[in-house]
Amino acid sequence: MKFRTLAWFVGPSVFMMVLFIAFPLASVFLQSFQITQPVVETVEVETCTPGFVGQTCVTETKTTPVLDEFGNPQTTTEWVGLLSYARVLQLDQVGAAIASGTWSSILAIDFWKALRFTLTFTLVTLPLVIGLGLAIALAVNNAARSIRGQIIFVSLLPFIITPVIGALSIRWLFYGDGIVTALLEDMLATDISVAANGWAIELLMMFYRVWHVAPFAFVIFYAGLQTVNQDTLESAIIDGASRFERLRYVVVPHLMPLIIFVALIHLMDAYRAFEEVVGFSSQAHRITLQWLTYDLLEPDDAGNRAISRASASAMLTMIGIVILLIPLLRRTWRDHKGSAH
Amino acid sequence: MKLKTLLMAGAVSLLATAGAQADCAFENEVTVKSLSAGFEAWKAVTDAMAECGNVEAELDQEFRTKQPAAFAANPSLYHIGGVSNGTVTPLLNEGTIRPLDDLIAAHGQNLAPNQLIKINGETMAVAMMVNTQHLMYREDIFDDLGLEVPSTWDGVLEAAAAIKEAGVVDYPLGATMKSGWNLAQDFNNMFLGFGGQFTGADSMPTVNTEAGMKALDMMMRMTEYMDPEYLVSDSTYVQQQFQQGKIAMANLWASRGAAMDDEAESQVVGKVNAAAAPLAMEGGAPATTLWWDGIVIAKNISDEEAEAAFRVAMEGLDTEMVTANNDDAIWLISGYEPNRLAQGAIATASADPAPQSYPSTSQMGLMHTALGNELPAFFTGERDAAATLEAIEEAYITAAKEAGLIE
Repeated sequence: MKFRTLAWFVGPSVFMMVLFIAFPLASVFLQSFQITQPVVETVEVETCTPGFVGQTCVTETKTTPVLDEFGNPQTTTEWVGLLSYARVLQLDQVGAAIASGTWSSILAIDFWKALRFTLTFTLVTLPLVIGLGLAIALAVNNAARSIRGQIIFVSLLPFIITPVIGALSIRWLFYGDGIVTALLEDMLATDISVAANGWAIELLMMFYRVWHVAPFAFVIFYAGLQTVNQDTLESAIIDGASRFERLRYVVVPHLMPLIIFVALIHLMDAYRAFEEVVGFSSQAHRITLQWLTYDLLEPDDAGNRAISRASASAMLTMIGIVILLIPLLRRTWRDHKGSAH
Repeated sequence: MKLKTLLMAGAVSLLATAGAQADCAFENEVTVKSLSAGFEAWKAVTDAMAECGNVEAELDQEFRTKQPAAFAANPSLYHIGGVSNGTVTPLLNEGTIRPLDDLIAAHGQNLAPNQLIKINGETMAVAMMVNTQHLMYREDIFDDLGLEVPSTWDGVLEAAAAIKEAGVVDYPLGATMKSGWNLAQDFNNMFLGFGGQFTGADSMPTVNTEAGMKALDMMMRMTEYMDPEYLVSDSTYVQQQFQQGKIAMANLWASRGAAMDDEAESQVVGKVNAAAAPLAMEGGAPATTLWWDGIVIAKNISDEEAEAAFRVAMEGLDTEMVTANNDDAIWLISGYEPNRLAQGAIATASADPAPQSYPSTSQMGLMHTALGNELPAFFTGERDAAATLEAIEEAYITAAKEAGLIE
């Protein structure tokens, strides 16, 4: 292909990627080293607000931003180095906790609490998603042709449902007097409060994620199963390989690139878990790194947002994903190099 | 819900432009857009505004995220903003709303003096209703058990113990203690009730004090009588607990009162009554805060648009609207007849000493977030009270430094 033709083909997509991925990323990267503040002054303000009968007037000193001649708040931007990272990581408190020997109090600090849960969440759901996806794929592959279509459709349903709706429907099954909780309460004759226990919420969040993502793994593996070399399988049968041995030595090695692909996607997605926190209102017990970034970015009633810390937290999340992906990427790279020779 | 409201508002405004201005005193020719919260009172007001024609009302519970940026645009994306004393702060700070004195002189003859929100003598907003969290209780249960309506939180706990013993409801007490904004607001109420102040000189936090310890202690004692899932319980959850007869008492928003008597939803119609918010300590103010909701007019619009917007808003805030929607809020507008459930809010607001208005300051915004994020650890048992208050102050200081409020 001529270079010009190639450029015309990839040009638009490169432009979009620069505009929507590279540029925001660079901007967040820079903002994580900057702090932009309004110039503020303290002024005496008399405020009159309604009571039910009369008005209450109070005079108090308030901090208000200074406006420039166009009526916009004046701001100053400073380079602060790693200050925002230090504020997110709260290393001084971690140090104090280690010095006093109370390890558990590290997990009360927002970032570390979020990191602990996000890692557990990601690493526990990973094998379950792959295992369940593979199991469904094998089951469908061995099912009679006439019912295969229906089974595939039903298996895909959880993946089609909007994430937050899926999370909410599981929440409604368990929270308060949800159907499942009510049923369990009847059977065990006790009072169960699912949402009062951190571990129960954690389990529900993981259950939801596996339920939601397993169909994706299933579709990929099912496609892979269609290309398993039938000759190899037949010779394995002639050699007396059991069903499990055929799976272990023929099917899984054949699917390995796909398993790595699903693992990569899942690690990236699960590390950015967010809708579980919203759907299950788990903030009191469990938070994720992505939720922490969102919480910092969300303005409060007075309009303040912690953009610098949010940027730092976003960069840390990205670094975390890269670290998680390194082993898998190295393996893919090795295989790639191996096959080239 | 939002889409439906929008469609309805659009349909109403279309109908109105078709010449059905029967209920509006004038025919509005200028397009007027409003952005407000989505609760019943705003629905009533924006529907009344739409009768004038050319009104596009957006009712959105996420309005507070959108409002500051939308009003800072030039021209502003909305003409009328629905605000409360919590959410007016960024608009005031950034100077994106205009003084209303001239417009009030020209078109605001029907406004009562106590509706005008004045900042340094200039009217910046017009209030339409007040709101507060106060004690709602099941009058029938209190009568059956021969209990007095408590006026202090210690009294509430005693009553809760008696109700628990009688076993007439699932949980004696409900509370809006969902982690985040709600939990922080419940702490605010109790903290102010114990005479606390959030920040001192130089904007430094003063939460790690005796009042803070007492507030946490009281809240922890309350949780003994509550649904153990209280950390996911917001206003709607408590309202439903009441409606389904699961709780007997709660410190709940006055604006939720009408729902108790809504026959379509409630199993306890006529059985819930309201009283003043209980005192946290003798001689103190009721442990709650006073809120107002009202309208502001954007600054970055032409004077003609501002005038049209204000006239439309006045139509929305008139006596006719109040008469039609009397029970939807504690209105400040003339023609309002307080009903049974409004008495609690009125008693709260007129108590002596009276509870504070929720402070509309940047510091309070940061403090509210810090409280909402750090308090849950106390209730899940991860931190004790002292460590929690310390963590709140640290979180606040970090945020205030980043926002440039303290050095």
